[in-house]
Amino acid sequence: MSLTPDELAAVVARDIPPNSYVNLGIGQPTKVADHLGADAGIVLHTENGMLNMGPAATGDQIDPDLTNAGKVPVTELPGASYFHHADSFLMMRGGHLDVCVLGAFQVSAAGDLANWHTGAPDAIPAVGGAMDLAIGAKQVFVMMTLFDKKGRPKLVPQCTYPLTGLRCVSRVYTDLAIIDVGPDGASVRETFGVTLDELRKRLDVPLA
Amino acid sequence: MIAGSVDEAVAGIEDGSTVLVGGFGFAGMPFDLIDGLIRQGATDLTIVSNNAGNGDVGLAALLKAGRVRKVVCSFPRQADSYVFDELYRSGRIELEVVPQGNLAERMRAAGAGIGAFFCPTGVGTPLAEGKETRTIDGRDYVLEYPIKGDVALISAHRADRMGNLVYRKTARNFGPVMATAATRTIVQVSEVVPTGDLDPEAVVTPGIFVDRVVRVEARNYTVQGAR
Repeated sequence: MSLTPDELAAVVARDIPPNSYVNLGIGQPTKVADHLGADAGIVLHTENGMLNMGPAATGDQIDPDLTNAGKVPVTELPGASYFHHADSFLMMRGGHLDVCVLGAFQVSAAGDLANWHTGAPDAIPAVGGAMDLAIGAKQVFVMMTLFDKKGRPKLVPQCTYPLTGLRCVSRVYTDLAIIDVGPDGASVRETFGVTLDELRKRLDVPLA
Repeated sequence: MIAGSVDEAVAGIEDGSTVLVGGFGFAGMPFDLIDGLIRQGATDLTIVSNNAGNGDVGLAALLKAGRVRKVVCSFPRQADSYVFDELYRSGRIELEVVPQGNLAERMRAAGAGIGAFFCPTGVGTPLAEGKETRTIDGRDYVLEYPIKGDVALISAHRADRMGNLVYRKTARNFGPVMATAATRTIVQVSEVVPTGDLDPEAVVTPGIFVDRVVRVEARNYTVQGAR
């Protein structure tokens, strides 16, 4: 069976090494937090200036001065720290974060990422921290469906949407397979409810 | 240093100024100073901020008043950015989209006296088109220039009478960087304490970067995304 979004989040969480510093992108990657073991020592970074971010705030916990990068109210865990935006982004750009998990429109077999703009002429461009996140962490994981709603592959030979970063993705987690990408091309690590041969027929990229 | 009112704090901002506006969404947004700027009347402004306004308040109200010629930001498009969206789609406002980390670092460079810097963010993307690139130790970089403000409007938690500032939680965001990057930094705070009452070890923005401080009443606003 293919994975549900929740199952996929659990698989990504499984592969994050203990004691990592991790940034989870806005949207689906945020769900990964629900599956991280409390004793794994994983510290979450939010680019609006905090380390050791806790779960979403509810009720009386809601504080307008404490939000995540998606502007959702969150909580702080013991050992949390706050810092300004330049320090927050040097944590990415300087390679201090261990893992970053992002969503994507497309990823190429070489690890190029397109996740900020569909290229539609009437779209208002908005990049946020996507380009900084893409090139910053030691490992960049992408979490996405393998095919879009029209059935077109999102793992592609070359991205056709505007790029977020070049050769920056290390691994793609999808509902149908986990696939390493990079200089050596795409290599399937694990499949869910589909065979490698079936994937080869449906994708335009060679799969090792 | 300590202004008696918001209007006194924002007095003298000139038409055509580049204004750095703190905040990430509503957190750290200097609402009272922006309202003061609307009353003060300066126009033809270039606004540098992470977003381009939410709802009808703060930055969105300044845009709606027609005072802004250009917005430099990382993320203009949001669920409630309808004021900006309308101005942009009707060609009445210019937009420069800057990756969020570059926005922060370009202001940091301005405050630090750095003439330009090579940055890996955005290499090979549409936002690097036309910019100088260089390969250093095998990695590709794009040349980025500082963003300097004529004025910074920021919000902090507490100030002393010398302008030393402490912030609160993620409302800190761009405040400390913007404070360094503007010719004149104007700060709204919830509390002004006597000089000596802030722990020197805990000061985040030293008063050398601050020109005017005004105390404002805490205001309640709906938190985006609250559930």
